[in-house]
Amino acid sequence: MAANSIAAPAAGGTVMTKNQTLLYLAIAVSGVLGPILFPNYIQQMAVLWVMVLMASTWDITGGQMGYNSLGNITFFGVGMYVSAVIQVSMFYDIGLYTASYGAIKPEFTDEQYFTGLAMGILAAGVVCVVLARLLGTVVFGLRGPYFAIGTLGVAIAAGQIAGTIDTIGGGAGISMPFLPLDIQYRSIFFYIICFSLAILSHFTIRWMFSTQFGLAANAIRDDEDKAEAMGIPTMKYKQFGWGVAAFYMGCIGAVFGNMVGYIEPIEVAFPAPTFGIFMVAMALLGGKGTLWGPVLGAVLFHVVKETTWTYLLGWQWVALGLILIVNIVYFQQGIMGWLQTKYPEKFGIVVDQSTTQAKEEA
Amino acid sequence: MLDNLQLLFVYAPVMNVQMILDGIFVGAVFALSAYGLALVWGVMNVKNLAQGDFVILGGYVAFSLYKMGVHPVLSIPIVAVVMFMFGWLVYISIIRRVIDNDMFVSLLATFGLSLLLQQVMNLIYGPEVQTIDSHFPIATMFDDFVTIPMVKVVSLILAAAFAATVVIFMKKSRMGQAIRATAQDARAARVLGINTDNVFAFTFSLNASICGVAGVLVSMIWVLQPFYGIVYSLRTFAIVTAAGLGNLPAVIGMSFALGWVEQYAGIIAGAEWQVAAAVFMLLGVLMWRQIQLRRQRQVVR
Repeated sequence: MAANSIAAPAAGGTVMTKNQTLLYLAIAVSGVLGPILFPNYIQQMAVLWVMVLMASTWDITGGQMGYNSLGNITFFGVGMYVSAVIQVSMFYDIGLYTASYGAIKPEFTDEQYFTGLAMGILAAGVVCVVLARLLGTVVFGLRGPYFAIGTLGVAIAAGQIAGTIDTIGGGAGISMPFLPLDIQYRSIFFYIICFSLAILSHFTIRWMFSTQFGLAANAIRDDEDKAEAMGIPTMKYKQFGWGVAAFYMGCIGAVFGNMVGYIEPIEVAFPAPTFGIFMVAMALLGGKGTLWGPVLGAVLFHVVKETTWTYLLGWQWVALGLILIVNIVYFQQGIMGWLQTKYPEKFGIVVDQSTTQAKEEA
Repeated sequence: MLDNLQLLFVYAPVMNVQMILDGIFVGAVFALSAYGLALVWGVMNVKNLAQGDFVILGGYVAFSLYKMGVHPVLSIPIVAVVMFMFGWLVYISIIRRVIDNDMFVSLLATFGLSLLLQQVMNLIYGPEVQTIDSHFPIATMFDDFVTIPMVKVVSLILAAAFAATVVIFMKKSRMGQAIRATAQDARAARVLGINTDNVFAFTFSLNASICGVAGVLVSMIWVLQPFYGIVYSLRTFAIVTAAGLGNLPAVIGMSFALGWVEQYAGIIAGAEWQVAAAVFMLLGVLMWRQIQLRRQRQVVR
């Protein structure tokens, strides 16, 4: 394959080129103008940023490190529940709150609500990092498909366990405290948080892959045993990468729970067969192992998904399954991967002509 | 929970007989689909996440035949043939293109297939739970404490018979030999004149057909629902991961073990843990393997 003879690009240097500055400017402008121009689609746009974040953080371990996790959604759900528990139990008895199934709505003052939310989001991230550290010691011993299946198992098990704990509402779920703002500011408030978290995660990933971490991650992807033999502490790098992904997944889970307003273990908190797979599909569609691939993939996927939801009602899931198959079977390297092999010089990739020629002749 | 334990072991130990029998009945179905997965995984290194959906699809084919007046037992050969052709179609359109790629690709591609099959079945048959009534009598033992629907006994016999047929086929026939040769070393098999592409296609279709038969049994002894497939997929993955590839006695043993674990988890911890049991077993096995491997691996810390 031609991709093997291409030296790995230094994903996202710290120095910004003129084109990149323009790109970031365009994103910032569209991120700000989007909700102003299309006020009816604010919720969908917020979900779009959630998906961008999911795909980009999945790519830290999935694309760049070769550890294809199907269980990153675990942190999404855990973050959601942690923030719910914190938000409620800081000012109220959580057991009583969930036992009433949302019938009792204790009045949170504005101050209580916003401190609760901030603490909840932060705590969600921290708890998820700890959880990732604990889970990581177990699952990172697994390789290849076993890692994928093991993490998928973790996600499904998490959903099952959450469904049996009565303090957090069991299978019936929790309804979240209500945002003390006018209804028209509700979606814009969460939109802003989702947008900023997505941007923050993007820059974190960009920074991570401009340091030694990026090189180590790609070394692990290419050949873990050799990387190990070269003295790279692979386990530490794997843990770190997954920890960062877990942090952002936890935070966005907390925000998403508040945005939806109602948490339920299987469909909302731990949707392994839907969002858990979507994030992988998005990263693959855009091109895994690149900085911009997951972002591009997420945008495209979300647009296609929303369109099929609107115009192909009833067949939307069929269309989604087809897209997934076609994407993976016929278009594995994704959009960015395809562009990179087509125009390597645009990505600062130096193609060693002698090796490619030798390969072509062979 | 404690009450249920007491019930099982103090008041009515005879209930254990019921649980063990039920475990064997369901385990037989798991064994079929797990054997199919072990075959596909071992021979062509494809992890078929749509395994459970093949099972459900086979069940729905039998359901359609039942509506036309074919008895489920008689529909087994028809379903086997239909699913064989379906498997061939899937192989040509999807699997052939992911076979040479890294293992994660096959996992995702078959997941897409699983999504597709679920939804198509949902559109055709609707989300209601369906079952086939095959009019077999129900036997009882120990003063009605233990009930044995004859349909389950029949399904166990059918599963055993079908499994035996497949095993004999793998051992004796030309194609079976070719499949085993390809599993050992695909390249060497190609050099020696085996058309491995054909072998792969045949193996995948055989797997679909085995799943289809398992599905007919499911439709007889249990229920069908378009979205139940993923549970069967998880179960088969748990069994195959635990038992290892190409180890038929272990696959059968693990299938029965899973059947029992599910039965006991269901009665001791509550019905919602029945599904979770398979997942926890999978995780337990993976963790155990991980601890074993850790002793051998030399890692920089």
